[in-house]
Amino acid sequence: MGWPVLLLLALCAAGARGLYFHIGETEKRCFIEEIPDETMVIGNYRTQMWDKQKEVFLPSTPGLGMHVEVKDPEGKVVLSRQYGSEGRFTFTSHTPGEHQICLHSNSTRMALFAGGRLRVHLDIQVGEHANNYPEIAAKDKLTELQLRARQLLDQVEQIQKEQDYQRYREERFRLTSESTNQRVLWWSIAQTVILILTGIWQMRHLKSFFEAKKLV
Amino acid sequence: MPRRAWASVPGPPCSVRLRTESPALPEAQRAPRATSALAQPARSCSRRPSRGPWRSTGNIMDSAAPRSTAALLLLLLLLLLLRAERTRGAELTFELPDSAKQCFHEDVEQGVKFSLDYQVITGGHYDVDCYVEDPLGNTIYRETKKQYDSFTHRAEVKGVYQFCFSNEFSTFSHKTIYFDFQVGDEPPILPDMGNRVTALTQMESACVTIHEALKTVIDSQTHYRLREAQDRARAEDLNNRVSYWSIGETVALFVVSFSQVLLLKSFFTEKRPVSRAVHS
Repeated sequence: MGWPVLLLLALCAAGARGLYFHIGETEKRCFIEEIPDETMVIGNYRTQMWDKQKEVFLPSTPGLGMHVEVKDPEGKVVLSRQYGSEGRFTFTSHTPGEHQICLHSNSTRMALFAGGRLRVHLDIQVGEHANNYPEIAAKDKLTELQLRARQLLDQVEQIQKEQDYQRYREERFRLTSESTNQRVLWWSIAQTVILILTGIWQMRHLKSFFEAKKLV
Repeated sequence: MPRRAWASVPGPPCSVRLRTESPALPEAQRAPRATSALAQPARSCSRRPSRGPWRSTGNIMDSAAPRSTAALLLLLLLLLLLRAERTRGAELTFELPDSAKQCFHEDVEQGVKFSLDYQVITGGHYDVDCYVEDPLGNTIYRETKKQYDSFTHRAEVKGVYQFCFSNEFSTFSHKTIYFDFQVGDEPPILPDMGNRVTALTQMESACVTIHEALKTVIDSQTHYRLREAQDRARAEDLNNRVSYWSIGETVALFVVSFSQVLLLKSFFTEKRPVSRAVHS
């Protein structure tokens, strides 16, 4: 029984997470997620470090940590935590808008290996995609059809949230446009008035100057 | 690769017609069309024979292992399948600084179709360079100064495909870029849904149809959200610019009028004390 389980566990642990990219050790990489409110976001990541001697990326790097920082649209920090070299972070948005997810490694230990590269596997799931359906099926004891219906319900809920968010965005857009309209109007009037007043002042000043010079 | 250990889970059965064309956008939107909503390729239904994972474990299990072990192995298989099949698509928005290039890599099996949609949301002239390379280093797609595009390709070689976005031609504008990279078909929500021998019931077919239609709706919403983000960024930029330029012009107006008056006065001011000093 020993070896198949161990093999499976090893495969589980080494599971590739799909997309990956490289960052420098002190580099910060940020991603933007524009989401409606009350939406759950789950991020999974895994890091590998470049080994200069073997010229290969090490499969796992204990001791290497990643700092994850999430900011909400107003700039307030929602999540700011240090995780290990492999981790999973979750947050739920309370205000709609652009949330910024930033990752950077805590490379104080790696200062010796300056110029090293990190390979970061990242996967961010938003809203309905973050749901784990087998787990929901097991917990609520749903049949296949009920699970499908549940998935449809989740999708529709996501669509509704997105539409509410769209209404909020459109209102913001409209306020910005109206503000621009007002500004253009008032500044044009102000500049015309200033122009006329400056012209009048110039003529009066010069007239008095020339009268003093006895040229007029 | 965990995926190779198990039979690839097939997509929806062929009894369901999948979306092949995207919803028509209103004529008023004369701006260029596609992003993920329009240009998404038709996902073919699966014709692969269903070789479930249960059969491969049957050989291991035949050597009289206890039930608890079987259950544990089954659970691990489930976990493995989840880990292997969940993350087959990535949708990210990131900021690309000026004169910078960013690359992303993904492992793709042979024969699997993948698609890349990207769009520039803010920055400069809203254009970016993009290229896609296969594991052998050949460039299979390269475009310069594109605002949005969609690219699909069937992987001939198994390996790591890389796609890069480059802003190297720009000296001072940061660009925000959205991309959606999808590999293969969408896996079913329960691992054993793909191992059906019987056809889907009417209810289940209806569910699948609705699911596909809702996916289209979500894609359209993403498309509109991106366009709206672009327009809103421009509107806010315009708002700020109106303020700054108005203040700047008022200041310039004052400066110019004062200098005009001073210059004119200087023409008529006598410089005799200076010239007398020079001549003598």
